[in-house]
Amino acid sequence: MEILSILIPVSLALGGAGLVAFIWALRSRQFEDPKGDAERILSDKWDDRPKPD
Amino acid sequence: MADLTASGFSACPACDAAPLAQRLADRAEIAQGTVILSLPTAHCAACITDVETALTAHPGVKSARVNLTLRRVTVDAPGLTADDLIPVLAGVGYEAHELDPDALSATTADRQGRDLLMRIGVSGFAMMNIMILSVAVWSGAEAATRDLFHWISGAIALPTVFFAGQPFFRSAWSALRVGRLGMDVPISLALILASAISVYETMNSGHHAYFDGVTMLCFFLLIGRYLDHRTRAIARSAAAELTALEVPRATLLADGAEQVVPVAMLRPGDLIRIRPGARIPADGEIVEGRSEIDRALLTGETLPVLAAPGQMLSAGEVNLTGPLVLRVTAAGRDSSLARLTALVEAAESARGRYTSLADRASRAYSPSVHLIALCSFAGWIWATGDLRLAVNIAAAVLIVTCPCALGLAVPAVATAASGRLFRRGLLIKDGTALERLAEVDTVVFDKTGTLTMGRPVLVSADPLPADLRPVARALAQASSHPLSVALAAALQDRPADLTEVTEHPGFGVSGRWQGRVVRLGRADWLGVADDDENRPTSATWLAIEGQPPVRLEFTDELRPGAADCVAALRKAGLGVVLISGDRQAAVADLADRLGIQDFRAAVDPQGKESMVADLAAQGARVLMVGDGLNDTAALARAHASISPASALDAARVASDMVLTGSDLVPVAEAVATARLATRRIRQNFAISIAYNIVAVPLAVAGMVTPLIAALAMSISSITVTLNALRLRD
Repeated sequence: MEILSILIPVSLALGGAGLVAFIWALRSRQFEDPKGDAERILSDKWDDRPKPD
Repeated sequence: MADLTASGFSACPACDAAPLAQRLADRAEIAQGTVILSLPTAHCAACITDVETALTAHPGVKSARVNLTLRRVTVDAPGLTADDLIPVLAGVGYEAHELDPDALSATTADRQGRDLLMRIGVSGFAMMNIMILSVAVWSGAEAATRDLFHWISGAIALPTVFFAGQPFFRSAWSALRVGRLGMDVPISLALILASAISVYETMNSGHHAYFDGVTMLCFFLLIGRYLDHRTRAIARSAAAELTALEVPRATLLADGAEQVVPVAMLRPGDLIRIRPGARIPADGEIVEGRSEIDRALLTGETLPVLAAPGQMLSAGEVNLTGPLVLRVTAAGRDSSLARLTALVEAAESARGRYTSLADRASRAYSPSVHLIALCSFAGWIWATGDLRLAVNIAAAVLIVTCPCALGLAVPAVATAASGRLFRRGLLIKDGTALERLAEVDTVVFDKTGTLTMGRPVLVSADPLPADLRPVARALAQASSHPLSVALAAALQDRPADLTEVTEHPGFGVSGRWQGRVVRLGRADWLGVADDDENRPTSATWLAIEGQPPVRLEFTDELRPGAADCVAALRKAGLGVVLISGDRQAAVADLADRLGIQDFRAAVDPQGKESMVADLAAQGARVLMVGDGLNDTAALARAHASISPASALDAARVASDMVLTGSDLVPVAEAVATARLATRRIRQNFAISIAYNIVAVPLAVAGMVTPLIAALAMSISSITVTLNALRLRD
């Protein structure tokens, strides 16, 4: 049962990491155009090199 | 009206100019550099690439980003206007309209939506972590282990409920303060009671804690809330987008100089110049110039009307041939455009408030849930005298009856249905529009601008001898009158060499060809008698000196999909009626072409409204499809209403749904989708009621454990959502 003292914090930390990632994605407005983003990966426009900022 | 006109001439010109300059500066600041265009036809990855590549290749454009969800492109192009960019997109085959960034700014930042998403994320995280611990408890963790897991669950759940439950607490509180029981009162009660009882049980090493159920409740209800919010936000932004579609500007003549100003800035007494082809922005009196006026949007008439100095014009009419100078007599709220609003408001109140299915469900839901919970609490107290047990059971009843499925039943279907219609080119502006549309049994169409494009096309070039075609084309090219434009587009010949080409605004064009005077224009100008009124077509005449004049017939171009739409509606068993303000001959001709038996011509705006009201009085549920100002009152009166994007502002405001493309077929599809959606909503209600019929007796009998509550809650919510998703394409 001692393993619980490691596993529970680990599972909470992993879940927390997911939550932080979600909040970051939300804050950086990645949910503004879901349909466009789904289509954009099909475009081969920036396949050779990344889009310059 | 005279004193209004006089008030425009102030003793202090600078006093008038100062606020004008300020108003201009305000506007320039907002619109600087960024142009937003609506792209109704964009739908795929290739569209994104085409539009972005075409725009960035245009000199002066810094960047362009398409938002496919909203079907918009945001262009960063300092110094360029929409007028420069729309032809670029037309060149690569995309229809684009300018949007007013001012009207959009309120809707682009969807703060509330992101706030809800954040709460969904937090409660989802909490739900899953607690569920890991709960599985251990359900599968038989005992004593200290169970208590530890309950404590950890509680440590996660309580802050989550505090944060994620706020939308429910807030709306429950505002409902209670005005003495009502909304959906949110039992939800908040369930959240608070279950959290409190779980903390108490945990402290006393109890067997059951509902921390998992509480966070799950938040998670599923928030999803329903978010979907609901999305549908509303899309509807709201659709409405804003439509106002933004028509960026109203006028050319103001001040101190001999021309200035382009927003229409809102016009004051009575201002002098404005109206170019041929432009819409008249405000009511006024013609001071200078002669032209012809197209009144189709106001009255449905397709024949142009002569305009000369001294004549009064109404906002919304279109100037056809010559430049006009107008003295504004009434602008904005006072103009005849706005005056029709009163008629619209009256019609809207006559339609009455429609009670949506969700409203009816929640009205029945709240009292019964409270009653069941209270009865089981009282029953168990009376039977056992055990307060702790009775509170536990009451909390279980509240959790189990939680309206997860009920809360998702309508929004999930509405989201799926409006998404489907949006992809077909129909924007839904009103939340209950789908339900009302599903009940429709009669469709009333307007003619000009709705079933037709309101744009003339040449019937046939045959009456024109081959040697005269180059002359006709050359004359037609000299004018921007719609009939001339249509004629020039229909003839393929090389234009003949003409000299002394002059446009006579209001009459026609004349020139000299091989030494002979040639004229293209109105019958009365050329001295021939015409019987336009009794014919279904409009006409212009070509006269060559020494030869008999030739009559050129034009008909109003049918809107794409009009015939298919009418046929599909009739096939679905709906009655189709055509009501128009145009003359009998033209309406009869169109009705005949589309196979509509029931039509009425030369009907004024009040007449249209009362016809719709009469149909309603006979028990029909009317869907009105119209675009003009003369349709506005009828649109507001009808059970449901649709207008095309090309419609006047007032007509779009009055209608529930707006077509974004030029095709009419989505109208028929909308009726079918609405019927399907209403059926799904009813099915969803049936599912959630069935689930309650099983779960509630168990809860009242004290047999519900947190495991059963969690299972029932998630299964019912997922079933309802999946059922709604069947509506997607």
